[in-house]
Amino acid sequence: MSSDVVTVLRGRGLGGGACEGEALVTTQAIAGWGGLDARTGTVIESRHELCGQSIAGKILIFPAAKGSSGWSGVIHLARLEGTAPAAMVFNVMNTKIALSVVVSHVPCVTGLDADPTEAISTGDRVRVDGDKGVIEVLARKGASA
Amino acid sequence: MNLTDDEQRMLDGGDGPAVAAAMDLLVRYGDVLGAERLVDTDNVCGANIFNAAQRRLAGGTADDVFAQISLDSPGGFEIPRMRAHSCQLIAPMDTVEWKTQGTPEPVHDAIVDSESYSGRHGINLMNTCTPYQVGNVPARGEHCAWMESSAVIYINSILGAMTNVEGRESAAAAMITGKIPYWGYHLPENRRATVHVEVDVDVETNRDWGLLGYAVGKVAGETVPVITGIRSQPNLVKLKHFGAAAATSGGVEMYHIPGVTAEAQTLEQALGDGEKPLSVRYGKDEKAAAYARLNVTADDSDVDLVMIGCPHASLDQIRDVCDLLGDRKVAPGTALWVFTPRAIRLMAESSGYGDRLRAAGGVLMSDTCPAIGRFVPDGTRVIVTDSAKQAHYLPAIMKVQGWFGDTAECVDAAVTGRWRGALS
Repeated sequence: MSSDVVTVLRGRGLGGGACEGEALVTTQAIAGWGGLDARTGTVIESRHELCGQSIAGKILIFPAAKGSSGWSGVIHLARLEGTAPAAMVFNVMNTKIALSVVVSHVPCVTGLDADPTEAISTGDRVRVDGDKGVIEVLARKGASA
Repeated sequence: MNLTDDEQRMLDGGDGPAVAAAMDLLVRYGDVLGAERLVDTDNVCGANIFNAAQRRLAGGTADDVFAQISLDSPGGFEIPRMRAHSCQLIAPMDTVEWKTQGTPEPVHDAIVDSESYSGRHGINLMNTCTPYQVGNVPARGEHCAWMESSAVIYINSILGAMTNVEGRESAAAAMITGKIPYWGYHLPENRRATVHVEVDVDVETNRDWGLLGYAVGKVAGETVPVITGIRSQPNLVKLKHFGAAAATSGGVEMYHIPGVTAEAQTLEQALGDGEKPLSVRYGKDEKAAAYARLNVTADDSDVDLVMIGCPHASLDQIRDVCDLLGDRKVAPGTALWVFTPRAIRLMAESSGYGDRLRAAGGVLMSDTCPAIGRFVPDGTRVIVTDSAKQAHYLPAIMKVQGWFGDTAECVDAAVTGRWRGALS
């Protein structure tokens, strides 16, 4: 697939290699335990804007990890169940997301030069390089490739 | 990350493959955090009791399951006894009332086996989200590595211990190595307040403290708030409810109430030398908004389950429930479940509270809770609880409606089978 790159964001790569996929974007912090169901990969927090949507295989773009200390446990089980996101891009570093990055084994980037929750929209085609810390928007949702 | 010679030797396998795997996890984790070094810890609380599904997912021997799920390592080696003093937090099952919880026998057997494995490896089986209620009371300035957001906020704020919210893998690695990344709340400069919440309404009951915590968590998010304007003296139970709620709606891991919490006698001490804090008000309207948000999932007043004890109930709370019940009985078709640590359950039984609760038709349980163990009575559609945390999480986890109220309203719901609570 050879798309022209629409937008490039640069930040701190947290490892995990590179991948391409469809973005799922929220401006609300996400809870892990009690907020994500590892068995199905869906958001279950009743008060969350993504409630009912699946993160499985998506480029998950969100401001922060919040809530219970079970965040890494949920992402870890999701990886074993095959329901984990394909990559994670976030703004705020904390222990919950740091440990989840480690156990997810997927490309992750933070500290970007523009807020990814504003620069990228759900449905955009995105490439995440967790080693170089680069996010490329390859195609906007609905745009013809 | 800079490692000491001792730490480098551990990473290189000098203390065996399990210690090397644990150190590798800590180094990967510290690098992502941006930590410069590790710090010694001898007080670790984690979660290493696995159910049958987790064991099947990981596969291999019990040591391999621990390596994979608790250390993010492929395993193939023996897990040694834990180096640091370690304890098990809340667990998936009550080993006494497991049939009431609907646990299938094979799942029960797997969990009992996993508990025994933890005990043999030197993990104290406290089996509670509140180790500070049953003897694990860290000293001020003690570097800890604790999971459980409601316990972390309690020991950081009330006791002045130093810990981040750890996860299963980092806590297990800390148990094995006695190390944790020196980052976040281990550094004194990160423990000062940047948000000032000015309270302009009475905050007295457990429910008031839960509502305040739920509101504070929403505005403070990841930051350290300082709360002023509290005109009553809180106790352990009220601060437990407050912290659990603040850690649920946001990511608060530390707060100050000048004159109450460990590290600030005054507003100035809480703020330190930082920039002018963001100032927010908590009054009647903010309290009502928090109440409405907590009760947003519920509209049916026929109650199936009343849940008390999130975080786990103290002995005083169990006595209060017994006193509120008096001679009344729990309504047919409604269940009253009270959750407490295993050690407090023993004291509740010897104090006669267990008998009183059972005589009324309630059940005293320990070790777990409906949200962690994923169980409610068959056919449950509506739950009632005095916990903001449980009212937030259980509807999401068990697909039920959740009412939040004070303890007297909860006991009233248990004996009438109807929710009649209100904020006013």
